[in-house]
Amino acid sequence: MSVETDIVGAVHTKVRHDSARGHVTGQAQYIDDMPLLPGTLEVVLVTSPHPHAAIVSIDVAAARAADGVRDVISANGIPGDNNIGPVFDGEPALAEGVVDYVGAPVVAIAADSYDQARAAAALVKIDYEVRPAVLDIEQALEQELYTYPPQFMTIGDPDAAITKAQHRIDGEVRCGGQDHFYLESHIAMAVPGEFGDLQVYCSTQHPSEVQHGVAHVLGVPTNEVTVEVRRMGGAFGGKESQPSIFAAIAALLADRTGQPVKLRLRRDDDMVITGKRHDFLFRYDVGFDPDGRIEGVDILMGMRSGNVADLSPGVLARALCHADNCYYLPNARLRGYPCKTNTVSNTAFRGFGGPQGMLVIETVIEHIARTLGRAVDEIRAVNYYSTDDRNVTPYQQRVTDNIILPIVDRLRSEIDFDGLSSAIDEFNGANQTLKKGIALMPVKFGISFNTPKLNQAGALVHVYTDGSVHLNHGGTEMGQGLFTKVAQVVASVFQIDLDNIKISSTRTDKVPNTSATAASAGSDLNGMAAFNATNTIKARMVEVAANHFSASVDSIEFRQNRVYAGNESLSFTELAQLTWDERVSLSATGFYSTPGLSWDAKSMIGNPFYYYTYGAAVSEVVIDTLTGESRVLRTDILQDCGNSLNPAIDLGQIEGAFVQGQGWLTSEELVWDDAGRLLTHGPSTYKIPGSRDVPPIFNVHILEDAPNREATIFHSKAVGEPPLMLALSVWLAIRDAVSRVTGHRHLPNLDAPATPEAILMAVDDIKRRDSQTPSPAKV
Amino acid sequence: MAINFTLNGELREEASVSPTMTALEFLRENAGLTGTKEGCAEGDCGACTIALVRNGTGRLEAVNSCLLVVGQLDGANVVTVEGLTEKGGELEAVQQAIVTQDGTQCGFCTPGFVMALHALRHSGEAVSDDIIHDALAGNLCRCTGYRSIVDAARTACAVPAGAVSSNDLQAGNAHEADSELYYAPKTIAELIARRAEHPEAPLLSGGTDLGLLFSKERQKFPVTIYTQNVEELRLIDEDAAAITIGAAATYTEALPLIETNYPSFGVLIHRIGSRQIRNVGTIGGNIGNASPIGDTPPCLIALGSVLALHGAGGRREIALENFFLDYRSTDLQPDEIIESVRIPKLSKGQIFRTYKISKRYDQDISSVIGAFHLTLAGGVVTEVRIAFGGMAATPKRAAACELALTGKTWSEESVALAAAEISKDFSPIGDHRASAAYRLRVAENLFVRLFRDIEGSDHVEVMAL
Ligand SMILES: Cc1cc2nc3c(=O)[nH]c(=O)nc-3n(C[C@H](O)[C@H](O)[C@H](O)COP(=O)(O)OP(=O)(O)OC[C@H]3O[C@@H](n4cnc5c(N)ncnc54)[C@H](O)[C@@H]3O)c2cc1C
Ligand code: FES
Ligand code: FES
Repeated sequence: MSVETDIVGAVHTKVRHDSARGHVTGQAQYIDDMPLLPGTLEVVLVTSPHPHAAIVSIDVAAARAADGVRDVISANGIPGDNNIGPVFDGEPALAEGVVDYVGAPVVAIAADSYDQARAAAALVKIDYEVRPAVLDIEQALEQELYTYPPQFMTIGDPDAAITKAQHRIDGEVRCGGQDHFYLESHIAMAVPGEFGDLQVYCSTQHPSEVQHGVAHVLGVPTNEVTVEVRRMGGAFGGKESQPSIFAAIAALLADRTGQPVKLRLRRDDDMVITGKRHDFLFRYDVGFDPDGRIEGVDILMGMRSGNVADLSPGVLARALCHADNCYYLPNARLRGYPCKTNTVSNTAFRGFGGPQGMLVIETVIEHIARTLGRAVDEIRAVNYYSTDDRNVTPYQQRVTDNIILPIVDRLRSEIDFDGLSSAIDEFNGANQTLKKGIALMPVKFGISFNTPKLNQAGALVHVYTDGSVHLNHGGTEMGQGLFTKVAQVVASVFQIDLDNIKISSTRTDKVPNTSATAASAGSDLNGMAAFNATNTIKARMVEVAANHFSASVDSIEFRQNRVYAGNESLSFTELAQLTWDERVSLSATGFYSTPGLSWDAKSMIGNPFYYYTYGAAVSEVVIDTLTGESRVLRTDILQDCGNSLNPAIDLGQIEGAFVQGQGWLTSEELVWDDAGRLLTHGPSTYKIPGSRDVPPIFNVHILEDAPNREATIFHSKAVGEPPLMLALSVWLAIRDAVSRVTGHRHLPNLDAPATPEAILMAVDDIKRRDSQTPSPAKV
Repeated sequence: MAINFTLNGELREEASVSPTMTALEFLRENAGLTGTKEGCAEGDCGACTIALVRNGTGRLEAVNSCLLVVGQLDGANVVTVEGLTEKGGELEAVQQAIVTQDGTQCGFCTPGFVMALHALRHSGEAVSDDIIHDALAGNLCRCTGYRSIVDAARTACAVPAGAVSSNDLQAGNAHEADSELYYAPKTIAELIARRAEHPEAPLLSGGTDLGLLFSKERQKFPVTIYTQNVEELRLIDEDAAAITIGAAATYTEALPLIETNYPSFGVLIHRIGSRQIRNVGTIGGNIGNASPIGDTPPCLIALGSVLALHGAGGRREIALENFFLDYRSTDLQPDEIIESVRIPKLSKGQIFRTYKISKRYDQDISSVIGAFHLTLAGGVVTEVRIAFGGMAATPKRAAACELALTGKTWSEESVALAAAEISKDFSPIGDHRASAAYRLRVAENLFVRLFRDIEGSDHVEVMAL
């Protein structure tokens, strides 16, 4: 795959997001911006006020009679199968017989206006018989309540290794969940067509699943439903499985009324009704040698799955597969428990369990360092995977592309980590109230869906006789710039300027049976599928050109919007016309499936990842020991993107992911009351980072000259998720600051998120513990 | 009478639209301008940001169209993202800079950022990073991580653009649609008369609290009375002893005088909501809302402020600390309105400090806010007024702490002894913002911060670094 950059918009160049102008002028259209068809109805959902209850009766008579109301449905109005579960069956769109979280949709009302639907919703009478609810992870662990069987991953003999080791520690740490807070909340609009056909516009990362969900619920064949999405106003995993619920309800109401139906969740409903990042409780037991080298670990992961499994199996598998992060664990038992609680089912969120898995092993590394009185990075150094030996993961895939060491070394030396650290000592010595901390975070992240079958993609490319190109593929655009990157691929193969390529909305009738745009694999998969489709057409055009020039096929060259055979040439447009004249097809589909993947979900052994991406960050923070307020002062990042398809877009992905991760670990706190109600369901109470929270010194670099060793699309690497985990440097730096309050003598008791309250409590706690231990000097 | 305003340069005469429909709904549904987005409908995300010049202000200001109602647009010159560029034409400077800096990903937040920065560009300010963050505190972006947007702001706003003029439209005194009456009196006499006729009607000032009833709660009232066209209520004045701020003067309007007289209070005002909020929100509304977590009441109480109330029976004054009776209940009589608040100036030897603690620095509601007003003479604390918000059902003075400090030498020890009294003054509740224990602990620690801050012995705020 050789690449010329003498066209506008080739791969590896900084190409602007295709919709940038539309974004800044307000002309880029989202589903809620589409002009309404006459008679469009709006939907309001009536949801469960109880975390767990039997539905005794539902009385919708008054609602049905209310002004403007056109239809009211509950589960028994569903003609097909009331099931939208992405992995397991039995996950309803509308609650049936029982509700099992606060916010579970029970009744849907369609009316001429939103306000009328809302007014009618207040008239629905539902009798519940309240049942005992399980609201937290501990309770579920104790009662062994899981949404599906626990998953275990074992390598070596952890028990023996832990017992035999010279040092042994155990501990507990937890991390909170996270709301996606995409700026555009969930929305679906269903338009009935002729003969029962349905067109569904839906803000979704997974049009095929929405299509299946709608078809299931309506009890119709898949081919009667077409799902379309041009762009989403953010998704981050939150629009992978969740949209099916709303699309199915909108579609059902559209089908019943024969009118277009729009269902847009208002922000608070969105936050209450839909799933979030999984919160985890971790317990670890670790044996290590006097150098801090880990000999055996046993890690329990209690994951809040919520009321149903949804995508939890994948999330937990990824958490287990990333509990090693960059470290060799010769003997390990990693135990994952998908806790069933009466809270909303958690779901995919950028990182998909990876961030959580890494959080626990980083805590372990820090715990070892504090125990031995050594620097954290010294402990890391003895535990990093090697390249030739010590490179087998707990799931028995060999790490063959390891570049973490050069990345970490380069980053540490470029920023003079040790110099920064001693400057911090100095500052902390001179300041009573404020204390600084610093930490590195290395990241190794596996790329591919854990489940091999999902790693496939399709594309559809047409060349028109004027040489303009129409591009379609199964990936969805949520802001990550996928459409731009895939268009760059097509432009590079045809060697024509990017503006000749029309990017079009994702539609299930153009490219069928797609996987979700997720797992960071969007451009890997769809880029390759488009590459294949384009090459199919190109091969045909080459043949036409060879005939035309009476030259050999090998001598035909596409270059700078023209097609050459020696000194002779045609414009790409002329060749397109000629190809048509010759009655040769200018349209092709392309397909791609990632090679070499295997995974046994039972034994949790296999080669689930095509390759790994690497990266490292260092963050410096300051905390206020009187109030617990904190601030990130500086972050330096070095991220591997392979041969980046588009360094401008990748830079945005890195920065955005980092800040999102920072929010997860600091200010974003989901609070539930003891009746199972989410109290933080809007931006007034749930605080994602603002512009001032971004590190004032924020140096982000993409690793250069680091092509992917695997034959990925132009040797690039995936970038969507990995940098999110770099934000663990912020959390670790805050822990470092707390630990420095008492001279690094103790491990802080600080979970994530590190809110001001959590930090102040940790500071008070570490001071208390320190005052109770005689200092070495006094002994 | 019709509601008249210009929208992207074109005159709109809206005779039948509900005056309490949100401006956002009006734009998206009635005017077909869908560039302005809804991200939250509660004033916190900024996706709905538009800019307007209200009559008499002469400033182009960013506001949240989700909380503003159409009645509040009467007489204004309104600009939305669609008004910045002609179709296919050259982009406005902020738009161009955001494009150039790759400052968009999903793009849903972008029109709001464009409008917030467009207003900044026309504000005449010499921009710094601090001012950019101040201007963007009301805009959330979940995709970009902001760096690119802030870079765009630095370029686009480096050269301030000229002022945008108001139009010559006159606002009406009343609007009627369906079964809704919207009064917008222009004099205090007219306001008092309307109030007396409709004691139950919501009194709408900036609407940054009340607007939630229209925006999220979808409520309609037979009568609404709007106060911000009343000239006397917009008054901002000072004499040798005090400053006076009219109840309907916006934070933005009041800020310069507050900043000059009580710098610490000025810093706090910058942290109240966002520019979008402060461009319409008022101290009068903050007091009238009577929330236990309002930011200005503790400061005003500590400073010994006096409210002027005006009712059918005339005008009366009341010390603000006596105004709050219980949780969300005040001494305001049904026929009365808040006219103004008079804040004594600091005299020699007097010090004022206020500290707000929240999960996020910008645009967050306080978990705890403390306000300290001290008089020091010869190393002795001769007088002290301390008030807290977030610690009780109302903003309240810390009587026991005050007592413990009064007459004591100004030292870390006496401050610590005073702080230790905090649990006699307050037994706060725990909620989603903070636990009771944290609130007490922080309130206590704020005394330590106060001492170190005044002594200048230590950096005391993370934002100072
Ligand atoms: C996003 C956002 C962020 C916010 N951040 C903060 C913050 O950081 N700190 C903070 O303290 N508050 C905050 N608020 C709350 C709000 O902005 C303030 O309370 C503001 O001061 C209210 O002023 P207003 O003019 O908008 O009041 P309105 O909403 O118009 O009115 C509020 C109440 O006061 C009454 N009222 C108004 N004027 C009078 C009068 N003249 N006489 C008698 N009663 C009157 C009204 O009837 C109503 O009950 C925030 C709100 C939002 C939406
Ligand atoms: S919609 Fe979020 S601030 Fe208005
Ligand atoms: S670009 Fe997506 S929220 Fe800002």
